[in-house]
Amino acid sequence: MKRTNELIVALAVMAVIVVVTWGLFAVGDNMSEGVTPFSKDVYQLHNQILGIVTIIGVLVFTAMFTSIIVHRKSRGHEPAKFSHSTKAEILWTAIPVLILVVMAIPSTRVLIDMESTGGAEMNIKITGYQWLWKYDYIEDGVSFYSALDRDSNRVRQIGSGEAPESVDNYLLNVDNRLVVPVNTKIRFLLTSDDVIHSWWVPALGWKRDAIPGMINEAWTLIEEEGTYRGQCAELCGKDHGFMPIVVEAVSREAYDAWVAEQRQAIAATAQESSRLWTRAELMDHGAGVYEAQCAACHQADGSGLQPAFPALAMNGEPTGQLEDHLRVVLDGREGTAMTGFRGRLEPQDIAAALTYARNAWSDEEGEIIQPSMVAELDQG
Amino acid sequence: MSHDITAEHDEHHGPHHTGLARWVFSTNHKEIGTLYLVFSLIMFLIGGAMALVIRAELFAPGLQLVNPEFFNQMTTMHALVMIFGAVMPAFVGLANWMVPLMIGAPDMALPRMNNWSFWIMPFAFTLLLATLFMPTGAPASGWTLYPPLSLQGGNSLAFVIFAIHLMGISSIMGAINIIATILNMRAPGMTLLRMPLFVWTWLITAFLLIAVMPVLAGAVTMLLTDRFFGTSFFSAAGGGDPVLYQHIFWFFGHPEVYIMILPAFGIVSEIIPTFSRKRLFGYTSMVYATASIAFLSFIVWAHHMFTVGMPLGAMLFFMYATMVIAVPTGVKIFNWVSTMWRGSMTFETPMLFALGFVVLFTIGGFSGLMLAIVPADFQYHDSYFVVAHFHYVLVTGAIFAIMAGVYYWLPKWTGHMYNETLGKVHFWWSTIWINVLFFPQHYLGLAGMPRRIPDYAVQFAEFNMISSIGGFMFGIGQLLFVYIIWKCARGGEKATAQVWEGARGLEWTVPSPAPLHTFDTPPVVDDSVAVHKDNLA
Ligand code: HEM
Ligand SMILES: [Cu+2]
Repeated sequence: MKRTNELIVALAVMAVIVVVTWGLFAVGDNMSEGVTPFSKDVYQLHNQILGIVTIIGVLVFTAMFTSIIVHRKSRGHEPAKFSHSTKAEILWTAIPVLILVVMAIPSTRVLIDMESTGGAEMNIKITGYQWLWKYDYIEDGVSFYSALDRDSNRVRQIGSGEAPESVDNYLLNVDNRLVVPVNTKIRFLLTSDDVIHSWWVPALGWKRDAIPGMINEAWTLIEEEGTYRGQCAELCGKDHGFMPIVVEAVSREAYDAWVAEQRQAIAATAQESSRLWTRAELMDHGAGVYEAQCAACHQADGSGLQPAFPALAMNGEPTGQLEDHLRVVLDGREGTAMTGFRGRLEPQDIAAALTYARNAWSDEEGEIIQPSMVAELDQG
Repeated sequence: MSHDITAEHDEHHGPHHTGLARWVFSTNHKEIGTLYLVFSLIMFLIGGAMALVIRAELFAPGLQLVNPEFFNQMTTMHALVMIFGAVMPAFVGLANWMVPLMIGAPDMALPRMNNWSFWIMPFAFTLLLATLFMPTGAPASGWTLYPPLSLQGGNSLAFVIFAIHLMGISSIMGAINIIATILNMRAPGMTLLRMPLFVWTWLITAFLLIAVMPVLAGAVTMLLTDRFFGTSFFSAAGGGDPVLYQHIFWFFGHPEVYIMILPAFGIVSEIIPTFSRKRLFGYTSMVYATASIAFLSFIVWAHHMFTVGMPLGAMLFFMYATMVIAVPTGVKIFNWVSTMWRGSMTFETPMLFALGFVVLFTIGGFSGLMLAIVPADFQYHDSYFVVAHFHYVLVTGAIFAIMAGVYYWLPKWTGHMYNETLGKVHFWWSTIWINVLFFPQHYLGLAGMPRRIPDYAVQFAEFNMISSIGGFMFGIGQLLFVYIIWKCARGGEKATAQVWEGARGLEWTVPSPAPLHTFDTPPVVDDSVAVHKDNLA
């Protein structure tokens, strides 16, 4: 009598739980399958394990809720006396162990695969900075910074009055994308210049920390052309939420063309640093550099954010001597978020940004700094 | 206590104070238990308010309310306040009240130290919270205080570290006291294997505390010297290693998460048998499972840092070890369900919270198992999936168990029944909204949203909004909890000594409210009194 009762309730309960679970899966997002061989492995592994725990959950909760419905005092159920069963206990220790072994085997296989960075066709060094990324293409000699795009950066300011929806890929867009060829085994070398960051593009199937003083390795092989977006995943200070990653996977030919273009730009840059610039050119270029590199902390109007980020302009006048100013920009200030920009920016960028910072908020025309002066001052 | 106890029978430990002094100088385990619990409730509300600041900012994309720096201070302080201020003191408070009552002891073994271990806490938290008002603001590098980021902050770091030292001292003193009490003060006949499970889980937790709080103290002291005295333990430029900190921190941190859940297992193991009117199923295996979880918690720490770049062998080891934890954890869940099976259940508020615990903690355990799978963790780590995981184990795990315990023992403490209808409303309200709050965070993590960010891409907007709504509703509901407790303390239907029909154990043999001094003459314990016994035919 009672037995069938339990069984019927159990089936009904299980049906309800299955429907609820199915609903939870239906309304939500799942992990993305990604575009690399092992992002697909990871996706499969994830689904397998999710499946296993879901089945265990359905069974455990079915037993529990059946009991809750049938074995209640209000239905006159008398308590049983058992409080122990060696057989059951051995069983439910042994079965989970078996399930775990079943889970461990594919996990181990995928992990070993992920860790084999050998045989890479190209190497890219990724360096994390507060709060942007630098990419160095080791073989192709290309190297650049990649920061949050200007539109997102403007809109994200508190009280910007602009809707995030108005920006394409709000917070997931950068000024310079990481362009890579498809179907190529790429090895990444990750490190950081200041605090710990973590490079995460979900479509590639992994994240890896970028740690100062350490070089981490990871690899990828992207199978489909496309644009893949990600973000820094390790808390790295106030703008941790604002250092996105955009990977653009293109055909081999398109990639080669892109590299050639970059090389030309590099040659042009070298020329730029030796010629004389006009004030207007410096101010114009400096405004962009300042906004991208400096404004996050020192604010667009140079007023800083007290007390952690000092003002660059007091009452419209630049604070401090040019030499000191330049030295701080080149070397950073120890123990603070101010890192040195030597090697991170071209001389003309530094010259322009300094010119901008020393002129923009003042009514009088202050000194201008030529790119060539940066190198001189640095020596003297 | 060398003085003549009989001569001062009513006062016990020296003169009896009144008013504020009564609380400041109290050495009575019940009063100190109350102090801990009230303190914990206040911290729960403060930490909760910080959580609501976070959820308010995350209600919609774009920055509306706080700047990113303050946002990071909120996430950091929220976690520190909740872990060290709400969850841990609540468990210590419950231990203070209940352990002596459960083992038939007149008080804690070291009453004066007990007073100290509580009164250090308000100082520690004043220091911690004061950093919010300092010029450089509160710490903003996450509760894990990873260098080099944590070393970039202002001088307030020193206050935080000192606060952590104080909390550690308090915890260690509390733990020593609990161990001394359990090992030395049991009533005759209360053998170790007759102890209630709450006592067992606390005994094991206390050893964990003594083992790992000094490790945390060491880690933060190295931060202190790196920041202020020129050492470079964690600075790569000076020959140190930032990852070393993470190893030390998580060697503390992982046992710490079990410190926050083992006593919860104990509470639930008391409540489910009572309201099932049946003995706890598999008592002995529960004890062994608790001990194995505690042991394993020392060898899985690096599963919090799979992405730092460890050797393959290390990753495999930590993956397997972490997966193994699921076995004893599973045993516990199966035992609870078997306890209910063919019982005669009723569903008063403590039972509701205990059942909520079993279901929702299990969900947190499942996501934990998923996180243990290293290749998949490369995706989950530091995403909202992890946020969902640890809130399921901490809020619907630890906090739900604490609430269950409070409702269960409140009549014993106050002598009054709480309002059952309001209690049930509190349970259902909390359970519904906590799931609205945290379940969608699984989706957010899987969709690629990193944790600890103040603003996000618009594709994450919907689930964040749902989550924030859940947060506010859950938060409001907790005011009802405060009201219920306050009402119950002030009056209500008189509680009997037994309180619950199916309750067993020494704590239910003393009157309600439990008089200030109980078990001055030790009770005699035999199998008929033992709460749990798993070899009854
Ligand atoms: C079946 C049992 C459990 C397993 C297998 C498990 C596994 C894990 C893993 C692998 C992580 C690291 C995730 C990552 O950052 O990538 C993690 C994080 C975490 N777990 Fe669990 N866990 C379990 C139970 C618990 C319990 C009982 C608690 C506390 C009551 C807890 C609290 C936490 C916390 C607080 C974190 C995040 C810490 C942080 O990064 O801030 N877990 N868990
Ligand atoms: Cu970062």
